[in-house]
Amino acid sequence: MASNGPTIAEVLRQQGISRRGFLKFCATTASLMALPPSMVPAIAAALENARRPSVIWLSFQECTGCTESLTRSHSPSIEGLILDQVSLDYHHTLQAASGTAAEAAREAAMRENAGKYLLVVDGSIPLGNAGYSTIAGISNLDMLKETAAGAAAVIAVGTCAAYGGIPAALPNPTGAVPVSAIIKDKPVLNVPGCPPIPVVITGVLAHFLTFGGLPELDALGRPKAFYGESIHDRCYRRPFYDQGKFAETFDDEGARKGWCLFKLGCKGPVTYNACATTKWNQGVSFPIQSGHGCLGCSEPGFWDAGPFYKALSMPIGPVKAAVGAAAAAGVAAGVAVALRNRSAKKGAQAAHQKVTVDDLEQKK
Amino acid sequence: MSALELLTWARGDGLAIALAICAFGILLRLFEIFSLGRKADLSRPRETSPGSGWRTIFSRSLPPPGLLKRSPVTYIGGYVFHIGFALTLFFFVPHIELVRGLTGLSWPGLPMQVVDIAAVAAILALFAVLASRLTNPVKRYLSGFQDYLAWLLTLLPLLTGYLAFHHVVADYTLMLALHVLSVELLLVALPFTKLFHTVSVFVSRWYNGDIFGRKGVAS
Repeated sequence: MASNGPTIAEVLRQQGISRRGFLKFCATTASLMALPPSMVPAIAAALENARRPSVIWLSFQECTGCTESLTRSHSPSIEGLILDQVSLDYHHTLQAASGTAAEAAREAAMRENAGKYLLVVDGSIPLGNAGYSTIAGISNLDMLKETAAGAAAVIAVGTCAAYGGIPAALPNPTGAVPVSAIIKDKPVLNVPGCPPIPVVITGVLAHFLTFGGLPELDALGRPKAFYGESIHDRCYRRPFYDQGKFAETFDDEGARKGWCLFKLGCKGPVTYNACATTKWNQGVSFPIQSGHGCLGCSEPGFWDAGPFYKALSMPIGPVKAAVGAAAAAGVAAGVAVALRNRSAKKGAQAAHQKVTVDDLEQKK
Repeated sequence: MSALELLTWARGDGLAIALAICAFGILLRLFEIFSLGRKADLSRPRETSPGSGWRTIFSRSLPPPGLLKRSPVTYIGGYVFHIGFALTLFFFVPHIELVRGLTGLSWPGLPMQVVDIAAVAAILALFAVLASRLTNPVKRYLSGFQDYLAWLLTLLPLLTGYLAFHHVVADYTLMLALHVLSVELLLVALPFTKLFHTVSVFVSRWYNGDIFGRKGVAS
């Protein structure tokens, strides 16, 4: 962490955030991350005294949607302010410097905070050809390796950085891979989503500042506190699923009554994220609440996991062609077996030797 | 490979392969069975039992007098399993969506709780008939590897489906993938094991009823 400058608490006070508001944020963060209430003072103390942590943000094959999600809110929230108050030493979309000066800022931050800075990555890394995506003439792969070497931890923000995302969708022309495919010797925390929920980032940041490490992760490298439950399990439309009440189209009676969107292709049952609980835009809504099924954007390979508007139980492969061809082959094989059986029967009949009473008499 | 990728394969190529093998096998076996034919029955049929074949299709679903008492597990277990299985298979909304996706046909489903009870009943019945098969010396003597295989292949889709629905043992995505894969295993085995009775049962009942009727035997 950078040791100079004001603490986060000082900055928040300058911005007009009361101590009461600050503690409320700490309590919300603790409950969101499933920490006991006794941890609230610890979070508050850690955040109050923390110097602005140095963050280097690298953007590779991405659309800037993640940055938009994390930096733009209608009204400045405490989590937004905390995010603003990290020492974002390098972010080529947000920083004023450009060219050599920008790269110098990154190198200076790496040198001054060696071993302590957080590296945030959005976007996937192309392995196909180094020229597919470069920054200041440096390939994404080289920049990631160089910057990750001195980082305390790496946070892969967005589905592209976490799992490859859209750049890695078939046929993956650039050979895109996620951060975790390259960085093996550092803790890599995935915050998937297209884009991810902002509060997850600040929650992870608060955890890092309070405990000096990353929160508990699941098998896919996601913080369990936010990605532990499926959208379906937390969905307010779940009772309709259980009752068998479904919208059949986007404008039918069921859709107007807010029934379950399973039949319209909702991927809520196989998507693990906090959308249904934390929601978006300061808790206003989330996709299902606005009438559209979940796309499953925070899951690995979501882009290639079948059509968005087909129910989860529907087939997505070339079933009809395969069954048609197999049925034709079955008929042909059946006819062949029938003919063989017939000829075996005829052969047996032809080979049948009749025995007369006289023959039997002679043998005696 | 993540659970979602496994599920995607199971819903895509996996299902296409399984259904293709199933369709191939069913048609092959139907052609094989029907083309074998029977020798023409030259004797004059008895006149006492017209329509015997059609009647047998239904009457064989009912226990003959006295047999329900002698082997209650076989009959009651059989009923509970088949009815529970059919309700689960045909009236669970995601299953109807699968049929709609394949054929365009659809019908109203049952509430999830009803299907849940049907599935549990079918699973319990499967274990009851297995216990009876293992403890009854005659049944055990008559049972071969294929019988136990058919039992397992039938249990797996019910069990994985139940576990997926209730989000136990593994997360839903993985359990759903295993459920779809277990159904595909069942589809692949169906034409080549005793599970083929799902296709042939009414044909063979008709044939037995008809031939007995011609011979003047009550059926």
